[in-house]
Amino acid sequence: MAEQTITTTRTKAKSNYWKAIAAIAWKDLAAELRSRELISAMLVFSLLVILIFNFALELDITTRRTVTSGVLWSTFAFAGTLGLNRSMAVEKDRGCLDGLLLAPVDRSAIYFGKVISNLAFMLIVEAIVLPIYSVLYNVNLFQPGLLMVILLGSIGYTTVGTLLASMAVQTRTRDVMLPILLFPVVVPILIAAVKASGGYLTDAPMTDILPWLNLLIAYDVIFTAIAFMVFDYVVEE
Amino acid sequence: MIKVKKLVKRFGLKTVLRGLDFEVQPGEFVALLGPNGAGKTTFLRILASLSRPSMGSVEIASYSLPKQAAAVRARLGVVSHMPLIYDDLTAEENLTFYARMYGIENAGTRITEVLEMVGLEARRRDLVRTFSRGMQQRLAIGRAVLHDPDVVLFDEPYTGLDQDASSMLDGVLKTVAKQGRTVVMTSHDLARAEDLATRFDILSRGVIAASSTREGLGTGNLLTFYKQALAG
Repeated sequence: MAEQTITTTRTKAKSNYWKAIAAIAWKDLAAELRSRELISAMLVFSLLVILIFNFALELDITTRRTVTSGVLWSTFAFAGTLGLNRSMAVEKDRGCLDGLLLAPVDRSAIYFGKVISNLAFMLIVEAIVLPIYSVLYNVNLFQPGLLMVILLGSIGYTTVGTLLASMAVQTRTRDVMLPILLFPVVVPILIAAVKASGGYLTDAPMTDILPWLNLLIAYDVIFTAIAFMVFDYVVEE
Repeated sequence: MIKVKKLVKRFGLKTVLRGLDFEVQPGEFVALLGPNGAGKTTFLRILASLSRPSMGSVEIASYSLPKQAAAVRARLGVVSHMPLIYDDLTAEENLTFYARMYGIENAGTRITEVLEMVGLEARRRDLVRTFSRGMQQRLAIGRAVLHDPDVVLFDEPYTGLDQDASSMLDGVLKTVAKQGRTVVMTSHDLARAEDLATRFDILSRGVIAASSTREGLGTGNLLTFYKQALAG
């Protein structure tokens, strides 16, 4: 083993909020690119759900349009929970959460880094599920308005989900705890997302869709602010 | 370098630390010894700003906890029995990640220095999941000293290591101490603590029950001192 001479010029540990956020997102994406544990689990689960619904609901084209938003968001919500749980469990199991908490950055940077990577995983899964769903259910899901709803809904879901996953991961029953904590809190976002998506799919007037879009945006902003303020207390003993 | 006064830590109704006083001078290597449940890990987690004290004051490098936690963390490295590194990243990627988190300039050069120090330069591009427990622990030490901290805390660093890995870790720990850093290490291994540390503090029932420098042990050995401290 090489004996190192005493370092004369001490490296300055400058904290950089934005670099820390980017570093966490990069680390999660790089690790996932290798293991493919998280995305493959979410993807297989999502595909199974839409296949089961496809056979269970043998519906005509008009009815399919009305149930599509519900099926779609049920799939995203359950698959998202799998991803959120796994994403935080990786940090906790190897003690890496402590490693992150030891960095000299504001702890909200850790939260935002995890939100970005969780959102990226969710969007990747959604990008694969949407065309398959379109083919199976014979519904065109590639409408700009609908895609915007999916983005806003996913942001809200991961914003709340990442915060609650970091709480749930510290309990012994974390796999059970996350859905119990998460679903009651994301009910408003799921309702708004289902209603707004349904509006776009049934060609409803914009005046019917707009209130739900506003609710989605308000929810995203409010929960991002809340998470920014409380994350430090959530992760500290 | 470290000043702790009347530190109390409670978990609900259970009091783990009961008015603990502790002081470490720059460059000292303190072995914090004690039986299971004495509060060693809790104390180290408070020093590392991972846990808040219920009462009392903690100062590291003239910065107080928890108010100036970020400043303390910039001057602190922590090694626990968990490696705090990612299995699905290579050794180099792990250190690159932590270098970004600490905002280290010239990260490439520093990472090479650290990997050479812990003897993992040849394995820098290998995934951590292919490493033995001993190699992972050496990488964990590399991660802890990457930002050149003034203080390094070791919490049971020998846990789960075989004889060869422990011997290699001895060498790394001695190197870290030689670099002039202040070191606090908890351990159950009295022989290793006696070999490495310059001061021995016995933590029992939430307070420092006894403290002695290497010279202060006199003709007796650490085991005798440890037993007397716990009996008293």
